[in-house]
Amino acid sequence: MPRLKINGVEVEVEPGTTVLEAARFLGMPIPTLCHDDGLTPYGACRLCVVEVANGNRGKLLAACTLPAEDGLEIETHSARVERARQLLLELYVATSPQSKTIQDLASRYGVRQARFAPEFEDCIQCGKCVRICQEQMMAGAIGFAYRGPRRKVMSPFRAQSEICRHCGACLYICPVCELRCHGAQPETTLCSGCLNFAPACLAYHDHAMCFLDPCVACELAGPLRQDLLWPGANPRDRESKGDRP
Amino acid sequence: MSETTTVELEKVLQHWPTRADSLIPILQQIQEQYHYLPEHALRTVARHLDVPLIEVFHVATFYNCFSLEPVGDHLIQVCLGTACHVRGAPRVLDRILRELRLAEAGTTPDGQFTVRAVRCIGCCGLAPVLRVDAHTHPHMTQGKVRGMLKKYQKSAPALVEQG
Amino acid sequence: MTRLESLQDLETFRQACLASRDSRRTCVTVCAGSGCTAAGAQDVLRSLRRNIEQRGLNGQIEVKSTGCHGFCERGPVMLIWPEGTFYNKVAASDAKDILSGLVNGRRPVERLLYKDPRTGERVVREDDVPFYRYQHRVLFRNNGRIDPKAIEDYLSVGGYLALPKVLVGMTPEEVVDWVKRSGLRGRGGAGFPTGVKWEACRKNPARPKYIICNADEGDPGAFMDRSLLEGNPHSVLEGMLIGAFAMGASEGYIYVRAEYPLAVEHLRVAIQQAEELGLLGENILGSGMSFRIHLVQGAGAFVCGEETALIASLEGRVGEPLPRPPYPVQKGLWGKPTVINNVKTWASVPVIINRGPEWYAAIGTERSKGTMVFSLVGKINNTGLVEVPMGITLRRMIYEIGGGIPKGKKLKGVQIGGPSGGCIPASLVELPIDYEELTKAGSMMGSGGMVVMDDDTCMVDVARYFMEFLEEESCGKCFPCRKGTQRLKQILTRICRGQGTEDDLLLLEELSWTIKETSLCGLGQTAPNPVLTTLRYFRDEYLAHVRDRRCPAKVCKELITYRIEPTLCDGCHACVQVCTTEAILGEKKSVHSIDDAKCIRCGACLEVCQPKAIEVS
Repeated sequence: MPRLKINGVEVEVEPGTTVLEAARFLGMPIPTLCHDDGLTPYGACRLCVVEVANGNRGKLLAACTLPAEDGLEIETHSARVERARQLLLELYVATSPQSKTIQDLASRYGVRQARFAPEFEDCIQCGKCVRICQEQMMAGAIGFAYRGPRRKVMSPFRAQSEICRHCGACLYICPVCELRCHGAQPETTLCSGCLNFAPACLAYHDHAMCFLDPCVACELAGPLRQDLLWPGANPRDRESKGDRP
Repeated sequence: MSETTTVELEKVLQHWPTRADSLIPILQQIQEQYHYLPEHALRTVARHLDVPLIEVFHVATFYNCFSLEPVGDHLIQVCLGTACHVRGAPRVLDRILRELRLAEAGTTPDGQFTVRAVRCIGCCGLAPVLRVDAHTHPHMTQGKVRGMLKKYQKSAPALVEQG
Repeated sequence: MTRLESLQDLETFRQACLASRDSRRTCVTVCAGSGCTAAGAQDVLRSLRRNIEQRGLNGQIEVKSTGCHGFCERGPVMLIWPEGTFYNKVAASDAKDILSGLVNGRRPVERLLYKDPRTGERVVREDDVPFYRYQHRVLFRNNGRIDPKAIEDYLSVGGYLALPKVLVGMTPEEVVDWVKRSGLRGRGGAGFPTGVKWEACRKNPARPKYIICNADEGDPGAFMDRSLLEGNPHSVLEGMLIGAFAMGASEGYIYVRAEYPLAVEHLRVAIQQAEELGLLGENILGSGMSFRIHLVQGAGAFVCGEETALIASLEGRVGEPLPRPPYPVQKGLWGKPTVINNVKTWASVPVIINRGPEWYAAIGTERSKGTMVFSLVGKINNTGLVEVPMGITLRRMIYEIGGGIPKGKKLKGVQIGGPSGGCIPASLVELPIDYEELTKAGSMMGSGGMVVMDDDTCMVDVARYFMEFLEEESCGKCFPCRKGTQRLKQILTRICRGQGTEDDLLLLEELSWTIKETSLCGLGQTAPNPVLTTLRYFRDEYLAHVRDRRCPAKVCKELITYRIEPTLCDGCHACVQVCTTEAILGEKKSVHSIDDAKCIRCGACLEVCQPKAIEVS
């Protein structure tokens, strides 16, 4: 039975347990995007990285695929980890600002800047749709194809799939398109917990109550800062996405 | 570009054991014979090896050697490795594309040439290098491009390998 | 060839091979590696053989085609034995004179001898050529001597001596111990101690065990593995046999890049000949050990040089790396313990067994033992392959072996280790080259590719070039590598176009560190190195791009203009003929001018302008 330490707390687990499972058992939260308890771990989103203090000479490894071994010492919230998470989330937000899941993660982990041009991609390649189709629905109608920047989820030859049973599991589990960010201006990056740079507060509404403390939008943007809106903010301006203003 | 017949495909499949790790060698042989991987060949291979079609498709689209589209009569591979880059290879590539009126690497409309960038064929001492079919051309410059292309234009069989 | 059933049989066969050689007979070895072949070596060989036939010299002079001699810049090259006379830049038409020289008092043909540019003198023997003099050729010592397609040649130069020594006189534990004591480190890039890796695999109780030779030399600018496989494939086979003995493996794989057809061919022949003699197969030399080697071709993916991706490719899957731990020695091919080593690492093993670990450990520095093979390419006079002891200074490599920078230009930097490595600036030219020193400097030994750059190279463009390569070759599975390299490339492209800001530089650094720390595999973890090292050592160049919209090296197209200096132009019209955008105006014999709006800065006119009237600013 491997014994390991997470954030200084010792725990003994069954062989075959991952560090993510061990941390959750201890009630220590680690953010994930590509993980789902009903699917095999994938290790692609890298959001669950933790610092391994010994053995691997202080590396950051993905907790979901890291086997809990005897003697491991793990830090889930060290400075290195926090910094890495923040930049990764900044990059995620820029990739798919329309995803509520990603925006929520960004606010929770203190992302305060959006320095990358938004891309509005529908897919972050977490692989959940592929895995649920393969492992839970036993179909395997979709999968990854190509490599690098051209890698995509698709059916073979992009043809109508003969295997797909239209169960909708892939739509259900997708962190990007399942929950759309419905802030008043969802196209701006950094929604900040369903608040946005033009917040639903007294500046705009007579009877609104600003009940989120602190109100990040006001803290960052101020009620009327138009200059922080991206060129792609207005769907009609979508063509100008790419270069920063 | 020859037609792929099921009989010839069967011959390739019989040559290899019916195991998952035969996939890549089989695809390599098909690619070599037909100069691309036709859709029906991939479907047949998937059935034969009992590997999900989507996985076969991923392998076929992952590796540089495989092409889902037929290649031209002559394959021009311009090396863009570091040594060649530093000695001006990108300009040679641009030149070739302009001469053949291609906006980017690909096949000319008349099917004569397919131009591709490759990363390092290991002849760095002769940079910039390019390969047309099996023939390696050393010390390329923009000035040599037109003359080199002329040699291959409208000559039907690919040049025999040098050496 | 009849199968050898015992060690005695091997010895008898070896003696027969040696006896059939007449060392007084003249032998001409012509380099027929991929490089020299592209430069015309096959024509030289044909011409020599034809001339020998015609002049009835068959009994006196033997012609052999060999693997890469290393001095690619001067190819085609050849050696005359037994003197060791070195001829360079040989053409097919030189055959007559070469033979005449040999027949008439063995006079060397002056014009084919190497001319030392510093002294102006002709050098006769290979050992005296500066390029070779400072090398310490251990792995490459036989490349210019043997026909890679003849196992008899390998046996004649001491090949397959280590194998019987191990089979009879050593235990597997002893073999592992010797490798450990030699200090051999993986030559594929990471430099992990080979003996430690072997020991971990040995100790693993799971069966069966596998041995893999990683010949997927994907680093652009590196061709050492190619040359070793083309020139001396048996040295790798022997190393793998010894490894199989030490680990208790009965199956091995050699995974070669598809882009190396000659290497694949020579390996195929070598394996076939070894099998014929019974050096591969069942009950090797009556020892009871069985070992088969499968030759597998890659399908074109740089990422397959990463060990877990290579294993995935062997298993018929896409080359997407797997998280480590578990490492291949724990769970490798088909989930079994696997040792995967680079070509040069395997080739070093017979040397260690033959000469002993102390001999090997005496070469090199404290923590980097043995020799390293570098490919010296780029803006350097003597391009080629160089084998030197670890610890040699960069200065010696560039100036004494490399012959300095062509056209009298100044050294700017050296990219070491391919796309995973970093750029070492000219100011660090005294750096001794070993694993630790390079890591301290922010670079990496990598596969040993050394690309030399002069002042005409824009370091921001180099960083952008590497990001383009890595973005394309990334497997795409993990987010930081896939998106991170994309974003790095985007930012660098903007900077090259004069649209960058100083904030971008900070963003480049932060993003680079995040990619390094969070990527799943070695490709992503080392991808930002070119960006980080160029930012560290060439920051002023970045600042020139973002602050002044200027490219000091005059490379970035959007930041330069071409102009014809009227006082130098002689109206020869050569530039107009090569310009594809009709940007040059002027009649023959009168001064020409360039229409800036149409000029795409392709540089074709620069190439052909004799009076050098075109200026770039």
